[in-house]
Amino acid sequence: MAENSLPLPGSIDLAPERESTSSLVEWLHEWVVTVDHKRLGILYILYATFFLLVGGAEAIAIRIQLAVPGNHFLSAQVYNRFFTMHGTTMVFLVGMTYIFGFANYIIPLQLGARDMAFPRLNAFSFWLTAFGGLLLYYSFIGGGGLYGVGNAPDVGWFAYAPLTARAFSPGHAIDYWALALIVSGFGTVGTAINVIATVISMRCKGMTMMRMPLFSWLLLVVSGLTLVTITPLTAAQFMLLIDRYLGGHFFDTQAGGSAVIWMHFFWIFGHPEVYVLVLPAFAIANEVIPVFSRKAIFGYPAMVAASVGIAFVSLSVWAHHMFTVGMTSFSNTFFVLSTMLVGIPTGIKIFNWLATIWGGKIRFATPMLFCTAFLFQFLIAGLTGIMLSIAPWNWQLHNSYFVIAHFHYVLVGAIVFCIFAGFYYWYPKATGRMLSETLGKWHFWLFLIGFHVTFDTMHFVGILGMPRSIYTYEPDRGWNTLNFVVSSGGIIQGIAVLIFGLNLVWSYFHGRGAGNDPWDAWTLEWDTTSPPPPYNFAQEPEVRSRRPLWDVKHPEDPDWEYEG
Amino acid sequence: MSAIPAIPPAYEGEWRTPYRGKVAMFGLIIGESAIFTIFVVAYIFYIGKSLSGPTPQQVLEVPIFITICLLSSSFTIMLAERALARNRLGGFASWLGATICLGLIFLGGTAIEWHKLIYGDGLTISTNLFGTTYYSLVGLHATHVIIGLAMLSLVFLFTLAGRMGEQHAERFAVLAMYWHFVDAVWVVVFTVVYIIGR
Repeated sequence: MAENSLPLPGSIDLAPERESTSSLVEWLHEWVVTVDHKRLGILYILYATFFLLVGGAEAIAIRIQLAVPGNHFLSAQVYNRFFTMHGTTMVFLVGMTYIFGFANYIIPLQLGARDMAFPRLNAFSFWLTAFGGLLLYYSFIGGGGLYGVGNAPDVGWFAYAPLTARAFSPGHAIDYWALALIVSGFGTVGTAINVIATVISMRCKGMTMMRMPLFSWLLLVVSGLTLVTITPLTAAQFMLLIDRYLGGHFFDTQAGGSAVIWMHFFWIFGHPEVYVLVLPAFAIANEVIPVFSRKAIFGYPAMVAASVGIAFVSLSVWAHHMFTVGMTSFSNTFFVLSTMLVGIPTGIKIFNWLATIWGGKIRFATPMLFCTAFLFQFLIAGLTGIMLSIAPWNWQLHNSYFVIAHFHYVLVGAIVFCIFAGFYYWYPKATGRMLSETLGKWHFWLFLIGFHVTFDTMHFVGILGMPRSIYTYEPDRGWNTLNFVVSSGGIIQGIAVLIFGLNLVWSYFHGRGAGNDPWDAWTLEWDTTSPPPPYNFAQEPEVRSRRPLWDVKHPEDPDWEYEG
Repeated sequence: MSAIPAIPPAYEGEWRTPYRGKVAMFGLIIGESAIFTIFVVAYIFYIGKSLSGPTPQQVLEVPIFITICLLSSSFTIMLAERALARNRLGGFASWLGATICLGLIFLGGTAIEWHKLIYGDGLTISTNLFGTTYYSLVGLHATHVIIGLAMLSLVFLFTLAGRMGEQHAERFAVLAMYWHFVDAVWVVVFTVVYIIGR
């Protein structure tokens, strides 16, 4: 041991096993009061998975309604509530919580730390986020308010003014929406601060910034971006509540207020938010692709620089959501060009991933399958993004299903695929058991087919002129077949997600034992046991390169000889 | 373990990372700055767009005295920080007390100003756009002053109870960062509300 500070897996004494808790109440109590980053990470992920199913069910209901013209499966009012709740749920309760769940679980392990920088803040942030979600869904019951009108929010996830004013949205639905986002926003900011402090201050000995695993690097960038992204939304929500409760006039056009400024405030949040969600997907791909190609990541410094570049550029593109509002031609040009600029750093990333795979000894296990699909789909999503960034094209297709197809290509085709990859990759670490590869392959192929049936087709419906947010359509528009295809793809995706859920549960009890390092990976989380003991590492590790476990496994050819 | 022939070079020098509290406060300040930016932008955007009176020119007076008080509290808290770092607890308690007093004077000044605006000039948050943006921006800042004062008072109570010492210097420096931020924001709010907007 003396000559090597990084213990080989299994060579260290583990922390004593926790005594098994005797009753269900004690067990629950332990989970509720926990400040352990691994337990909180799991809570985040379970919470996000629950809401993924809820938001998915809403999406299925929406698609059933739209499958045939003149359908009466949902009423117009319920339809509006469902698409609002679907969007809000998927962005705030699923996307954000998955990100911070993975961040919580993985980052301290990757950095060789024993916990996050602020464990209690971590627990506080989680419970705030959880409470925010409950508040949002409570609107189905309590949103009627004293007037008995209104139910869940039905104003779209971007809640444009003046539709949210008291006169047009009576009842409490909007208030629940705003409060839920404020509360979960505070939770998000708390976790973002925690991640930043952890990455900056809790790295183990020898882990300089440029030796840090890319997952942690990207989550650092994401957390920094979150700090300047979620907060404008919080500010705008405060303004909305001031308007609704104190008679303010921020968005009240009759008193000289402006509805357009809400759009600006919302999209100043809304567009960087896309990158807050997609950068963690990149982060997962950055871990999975090298390990399953058996090569070190290609162009590590370029990957870091591109991520920071994306974060900066993403702050100046928001008004490309507003080309149809009628801005000056200077603004239009600026936002067209800045939006196109995002293509450069993302292009660098795609080429780096390809170069990592190039010449590698590729293993197509389920995580790698999801990441491969992600590469193709993210490329297409980027290309339709460039199309939509051209203002005249955007005028034609704004708020059509083409836009819906584009951003679902990013949110599902890139982010959800990478989250699934992350599940299959790290599930063995968290539970000690492998997810079933057979079920995993079924999950992957069904989800892939369902995804393409739905969202490829949706582009065409959009080009044929179908606008978003309509609850039904006339049979003579030429959208009938395409809509039916889109809806059937939705069902296939739903089945795939159910198989995934089954896999999660089945493998927890019957999965193959994983051991410490099932993928023969290189970052520190694979150095400790699966699942890791309460304080992660009995002996604080010390690293000398970007791939500490490679150095241990290949002492004749260590990385630190080559890294500058 | 004996299978490892090479001994990698150890990390040279002492391994030090920044204090996590400072990093976190820095993050919080960035986030808070974004919130203030949105409110400041809304204020600037709505300058002169009110459809009815009263206007800022008619009712606002430049609050020079309380501004001086708040800005000098940045200086006193710095002196408190230094005293604590050198373990001079008497000096620490007095400079901290001075900081709290200056903050309270600032809050009192704001209270008097608001009382005059509400009861004298009839300007409330729902009167016009000026009222909406003014009370929310200045109120947001005042909220931060109140939170800062609450935390400073807590430290003051701990000091009186004899629980503070040199070992808390780094933590107190984090609180001081927040207080400096609150002061710096006031410079922006002051410029926007009382100079540009008037």
